Formats: sequence, structure tokens, C-alpha cells
Amino acid sequence: MLTDYGYVGLFLIIAILFAVSMPLLPLTLSLLGLVPKKPNPIKTSTYECGVETIGKTWVQFNFRYYFYALLFVVFDILIVFLFPWATKLKQLGAGAFVAVLAFLLILMVGYIYAWMKRVLEWK
Amino acid sequence: MTVLDIVFWLLAVISIGAALAVVFLQNIFRAALFLVLCFFAVAGLFITLQADFLAVAQVLIYVGAISILIILAIMLTREMWRGNPGGRFQLPAFIIALGLFGVMVWAVINTSWQISAELPLVPTTAAIGSRLFGEGGLLLPLEIAAVLLLAAILGAIVLVREK
Amino acid sequence: MTLIGQFRDWLINFMPEWAAYIVAFLVGVVAIIAFVLVMIIVFIYLERRLIGRFQVRLGPNRCGPEGIFQLIADSIKLLTKEDIVPAKGDFWVHFLAPIVTFAPALMVFAVVPFHKGVVLTDLDVGILYVVAISSISVVGIYMAGWGSNNKYSLIAALRAVAQAISYELPVVMAAVGVILIAGSLSLSKIVEAQTIPFFLLQPLGFFIFLLGSMAEINRSPFDLLEAESEIVTGYNMEYSGMKFGLLYLSEYGHTLAASCIITTLFLGGWQGPLLPPFLWFLIKVLLVFFVFLWVRSTVPRLRVDQLMAFAWKCLLPMALINLLLIGAQVLWFPKALPWGMMVVNFAVAGILILLWSRLFALGGGRVEV
Repeated sequence: MLTDYGYVGLFLIIAILFAVSMPLLPLTLSLLGLVPKKPNPIKTSTYECGVETIGKTWVQFNFRYYFYALLFVVFDILIVFLFPWATKLKQLGAGAFVAVLAFLLILMVGYIYAWMKRVLEWK
Repeated sequence: MTVLDIVFWLLAVISIGAALAVVFLQNIFRAALFLVLCFFAVAGLFITLQADFLAVAQVLIYVGAISILIILAIMLTREMWRGNPGGRFQLPAFIIALGLFGVMVWAVINTSWQISAELPLVPTTAAIGSRLFGEGGLLLPLEIAAVLLLAAILGAIVLVREK
Repeated sequence: MTLIGQFRDWLINFMPEWAAYIVAFLVGVVAIIAFVLVMIIVFIYLERRLIGRFQVRLGPNRCGPEGIFQLIADSIKLLTKEDIVPAKGDFWVHFLAPIVTFAPALMVFAVVPFHKGVVLTDLDVGILYVVAISSISVVGIYMAGWGSNNKYSLIAALRAVAQAISYELPVVMAAVGVILIAGSLSLSKIVEAQTIPFFLLQPLGFFIFLLGSMAEINRSPFDLLEAESEIVTGYNMEYSGMKFGLLYLSEYGHTLAASCIITTLFLGGWQGPLLPPFLWFLIKVLLVFFVFLWVRSTVPRLRVDQLMAFAWKCLLPMALINLLLIGAQVLWFPKALPWGMMVVNFAVAGILILLWSRLFALGGGRVEV
């Protein structure tokens, strides 16, 4: 098994090297004078369709995004339980099916409550 | 020193370095990114222990979900451009962290770790499935986990509704 | 035993074990990167030409015969462009974002079986690995939006995050339906289990997976994060030169990965009569990509509230129903598996889609951000 994951690890290194080499390529070309490098304050200013940007970008944002992230974490954990269940369901039999059904039903209480309280809607 | 040892030390240094960066960086967004790197290195450590399902679950939940949660939580903080200023609790927190670290080091050194003679199971996923859902499985803890997750959903709803 | 493994065992006759390991790996990796790059070039060319046709125009046709060298001209242009970094932005985050976005797209191909036994590593957790790795690229897109320090980019990045996390759930649940029948997470074993392609056995799962992965790779009609009319192409706005090129490349890399995964999970992978298996794989991948293009040129872009409602109120419950249905069928009717299941599941899929399209109007009224 470790030989397989050795390949994955090496592939990760190769993928990162490949991706890093892409932005570095123009950098080496710029040493040869092929790529211009003339920044000025107007050029490097924040683009906002020609209008000067007002205030800060990094400010407090819509809370709604956070709610979806919380819901996502909950369902992601459910998914991690589903994978081992799905591989062995044929051998495990009805007991395992009922167990996961109960698990889903408990989560569905929250899901349906969220639906009824209209928090799943984007406002 | 085998290749596995080298990989272990590499991953250990990356994860601890990233964890220290999380604590000491002033820019909180960069700190969050180092946290993601730390999670990823821990997934690598799980693979060196031949726990592939655990490693992939770590990437899926921590790198894919928890990190998103943390990054979005940064968007909720006020005046985030001011970074990560020190507070009144810096010194007490440092002392408590040092104490905790001492306890952990003491536990690691004084435990007689047993190394199993059995070879690791391959594939792990099916084995986890039978252990969780099979005869004498961990069904009750599973349903309790479901209730915990339900509580998380309800908490999220309450947070949104209060506005 | 994979082909790479056989090659490694053959190499051991000539060199030490570690060298054989690395040489076999390098051969495999070069082949995969070549495949990915060539297919991305083909995809971009096809997209521009076919979208042109769909919109009753010619598309790029000036560089070389039928415009086949257009992409080479474009890449030379990108390569020689000035690299502009916004002064207020976070340089390192801005620099690393394209890399974090692109590397996962490439990593997915480590487990995709192109042919019987032709796969870099046949992991036991294959499909879960694919899901986990591709979820990392969202962090990259968010980094691009944040590092640019631009309001449009940040809005786009937040939308990308919300969209990716919402659509990942139904996609993965549809994949669990496949695993229930195949009984393994390994992609090679899933392909071998498909004597009948799984999209016939679980049309609902296929439908959910197709739509969900379209949303996850941010293709039209789910390309809200680059809605030109609202946020001026969004997260990649402050990028130029090769960094922009890398973001563009990773977009198509994810599209290619999604096409390959859909082919592997639902269309029978490399299996097929008469033609050689690798050709079948290519044909199916291109077919899936054509469907993406077709949808893109037919359906207008969704609104943010419609997008979220579609994921949470339509695809997620459907995916759960599909999951339980397939589970029950696998458990209690294993004898009736191929044909009876096909009829029942097509009926269920039809009824559910009709029901949802009648009962749930998505969104309505004006909505902000």
C-alpha cells in the first residue's frame, strides 16, 4: 500500500513543481528582456471599472455564507460514514441499512426544520 | 534510516512549522492558510501509518470543510486588517499551553508504546465498514454522533435566525 | 497489477529497486501530464469552435487551418505579458493561488484508469481520494479572490466557496450510489463492475452527478463566480500573464477531471465493444465535454438564490432518495439487479424530476449578493 501512496506523494511534488514553473517561466523571460516589467501606481491600483475603490475590501461579509459552511461540515461527516457503509452493505445486511436510515432521519429533522424556518433561502 | 523515516520527519517538521506559523503570524488569513497546510501534513502522517481512509477523510473534512469554515469565520471578524493583536490573555494562555505541552511530552515519554506484530489491514475501508456497522459494531456511538450533528444544525439555524 | 507495476518489475532486472521505482513513476507521470495538457488544448479548441457554431458564428479560424494554432498564439501572448500584481494585494497569497488551484486538478489523474490496468496508482480509496483532492482547489480560488484585494474578486471567491460546498454534497452522495453497486471505492474495480454502464442502472444518480460536477467546476449555467455582467470575471480579474494562464488551465483541468470521473463512474470507463479501450475512454470523455458545452450554450446563467436553492432543495433530497433506493435494491433485490432495477430507477427518476419541477419554484423576486 505504501508504494501506491509513495506515487501519490511524488505526484504531489511533481504537480506543485509543474504549477510553480508556470509563473516562473515569464520571470526568467523577463531577465532576457522579452517580458516587460514596468509597474506604476495607476497600473497596480485596484481595478474597479475605472472608479476609485472606496473603503477596505477585507471587511465583514454576509453571514449567510457561514451558515452554509456549517451545514456543509455536518453533511460532510455524514458522507464519511456513508463510504465504509456503502462498500460493505451487501455483506452487512439489513441491520446496517436501518442504522444508516436512522442516522439520516435524525439529520433530516434538522434539515427539514431549516427548510421550514426558511433559512435555506438566500436573502 | 529508511525512506519512511525521512518522510515522517519531513511531514512532522512541516506540520509543526505550519502550526507555529498559525500562532505567530500577524496576518490572520495567512495564519488560516498555514492551518490548512498543517491539516494536510497530518493527513500525510496518517498515510505513513497505513491508515489511508483516515488520511483521505482528514483531507475531505479538515482541508475541504473545516478550513472553509475558518476562512469564512475570518470574514465575520471586525477590523480584520489590524491582524492578530496581542490581548490581556497572552501570558496566561502561554503558560497553560506550556503546561499542556509538558503533560503531553511526559505522557509520550512515560508510556510503553506497544508495536503490533500484525500487518495492517488492506483495504481499510471495508474493515472500517464491518467494524462500524457489523455484528457488535459501534451503532450506538454512531447514532449519538448523529444527534450531535443535529445539534450543530440547530445551532447554526439559531445563529442565522437571531438577525 | 497495474501497467506501471509491471514496468517497474521489469526494470528491476536492470537497476536497483529504488531507481526502478522512480523511473517507472516518471514515465507514468510524464504520460499523464502529456495526456492532460493535450486534452486541455483539445478542449479549449473544441469549446471555442463549437460555442461559435452554437452561436451561429465561426469562432477562431485565422491561425493555421481551421484555427488550430490559435491556442499556441494565445499561450505565447500570455507568456510574454507583463505580470501585474495589485499594489494593495497580498503578494504571496496572490502568487500561490493559481498553484493551489491547479495542482489538485492534476492530482486527480493519479487514480483515473485509462485502460485496463493503465493507472498510476490504483488506490483502495480511489473515489474518496478524488473527492477530497478536488475539494482543495476551492481554497485556491478563495486565495485568488482574497490576495487580489478587490471587491469583485472577493465576492466571486465567496460565491465560489458557497457554490462548491453546496454542490459537493449531492455529488458525493450520487457517487455513494455507484459504490453500493460496485462494492469498492477503487476506480478500476468500479469500471470492471460495469457490465452495464451505471447511468442505465441509476439515471437519477447520473443526473445529479452531472449537474453537480458542472456546478463544482463552475461551468455555465453555474458560472456565477465569473458573471461578467455583475463582477467582471471575478476571482481572476487582477491576474495577468502566466498566472492568469494557470488559472485558465486549472479551470479546464477540472473540467477534464470531471469528464474523466463521470466517464469512469457512470459510462463504463474504458469498456466498450470493437474499438480499443483507450479510444472508448477518449470518446466518452469528449462526449461528456460536449454535453457540458451543449448545456452552456443553451441554458442562461442562474441567479445566486436559485443556485443555492437548486443545490439544497432539489439535488440534495433527490440524492438522499437515490441513495436509499439503491441501497434497498442492492440489499433486498440482488437477483433483479440489472433489468428490473433499470426500469424501476428510470421510472423513479422521471417521477422525481417531474415532481420537483412542478412543486418547487426556485427563487423569485430581487435578491442581493
